[in-house]
Amino acid sequence: MIIADQKPLSEIQDMLAPYRKILLVGCGTCMTFCSAGGREEVATLAGTLLSENKDMTVDKMTIPQQCAVKFIDRLADKVGNYEAILSMACGNGVQAVANRFPEKPVLPALNTQFIGVEKEPGIWTESCMACGDCILWRTGGICPITRCAKSLLNGPCGGASGGKCEVSKDRPCAWQEIYHALKRLNMLHYLKEKPRVKDWPIHPGRIVREDLREVEAA
Amino acid sequence: MSFREALESGKFVVTAEVGPDKGTDIEHLLKDADIVKNRVDAINVTDLQSSVMRLGSMAVCHLLVDRGIDPIFQVTCRDRNRLALQSDLLSAWVLGVRNVLALTGDHPTLGDHPQAKPVFDLDSVTLLEVIRKLNSGSDMAGNELRGAPEFLPGAVVNPGADNEAALELQIMKMEKKIEAGARFFQTQGVYDLDAFEKFMKRIEGFHTKVLGGIILLKSVGMARYMNRNVAGVFVPETLIQELKTAEDKARVSINIAVRLIKGMKDLCDGVHIMALGWESKIPSILDAVKE
Repeated sequence: MIIADQKPLSEIQDMLAPYRKILLVGCGTCMTFCSAGGREEVATLAGTLLSENKDMTVDKMTIPQQCAVKFIDRLADKVGNYEAILSMACGNGVQAVANRFPEKPVLPALNTQFIGVEKEPGIWTESCMACGDCILWRTGGICPITRCAKSLLNGPCGGASGGKCEVSKDRPCAWQEIYHALKRLNMLHYLKEKPRVKDWPIHPGRIVREDLREVEAA
Repeated sequence: MSFREALESGKFVVTAEVGPDKGTDIEHLLKDADIVKNRVDAINVTDLQSSVMRLGSMAVCHLLVDRGIDPIFQVTCRDRNRLALQSDLLSAWVLGVRNVLALTGDHPTLGDHPQAKPVFDLDSVTLLEVIRKLNSGSDMAGNELRGAPEFLPGAVVNPGADNEAALELQIMKMEKKIEAGARFFQTQGVYDLDAFEKFMKRIEGFHTKVLGGIILLKSVGMARYMNRNVAGVFVPETLIQELKTAEDKARVSINIAVRLIKGMKDLCDGVHIMALGWESKIPSILDAVKE
């Protein structure tokens, strides 16, 4: 899932300074699972904003997904009553809502960080960079593009110490993790494959599925 | 004799290293290079060592060429994508640079501009492949060059990997570097000759030249700092005590380097001396090795 965390309150206050009537919108998918922008966080942020800004109106609404038009449409008959929408979605959701309501300022309450998992309560780690060419089948299910700080494809640099990355002692060396995983799976031969160079994808990404387009046209 | 000729002659080669400073003042660096000029086969010029912004390696290599020194151009993948790396290699060649040391490079977070965007478009292995390709007359995309370089490519290996996974991965990567064209290796600093001998036994049969790394121990503090912070460097406690109890610490530091170099003569093809400002001590170290 997508992992985000809340912006500092001062930055949110700066964004909201011109507005007095706000619709605060939560997201029921990733932002709920990573405890950044679900129903609970919407309630907490609304309470904080109201206590800090006595003359402000903050109404709350959480929709299942802010990145899907069918759910964003649930906001359609409400947005006219507000000067701005404060979104507790990831950057993807903020843009989808902004695209649906082009006349309304849509403001991000969160900083979107990465695609990742909750490693243990309160700790999230990045695991996928959506690089467009998955090689997990030959790296023991551990992504070097994401989990090696240098995104190295052909083995580690010489910077690891005590199994930890040179960037910080709280990050394991992804290549040593890959080594252990491949050894466990009896797949160490993948380490000896010929060197690879990454073909970096062009951003913004775009996928066209003709099969699905034809169905829609019909 | 060029570095390539020295390496191919089979003699025990010696290389030194200079690190360009932050700024345009090069007097000190050139003085250090001149001190060792006639005693070493080549001088490495580091590429923004430890990710600290400094004067560039290529310009300094060119200045060394002008002084009759054969430089080893250190190139990391940290700051340049494949376009810039290839272009810089061609530029270095026309400025008289003949040897390249291909490195991955430290992460920017280790240096003085930690927010910089890391590049790592290529890595040390694929950079070596690119050098081989340029040498053969085409760029990485297969386009023909009008005029090709003939670089002697080298690489690094860290024999002091601190666990099984790290060591196996170092050796696996060393093999990839050899397959990608590396003709010589310079190692991380070595202080434990027994461990180094084991490493050399392990890579027996690899067709390459290995120059053992010698880092001059300037103080007890430096030794302990390296043990804590420099991956793959391990200064044994006996050496630290020897330095600690010495009256003339510089003399003991030289003695340690001499012992290590003498020990390496039977184990590998040369040494790479990282003097870190003590370049003036290199001639007496090399004299003592001869005795």
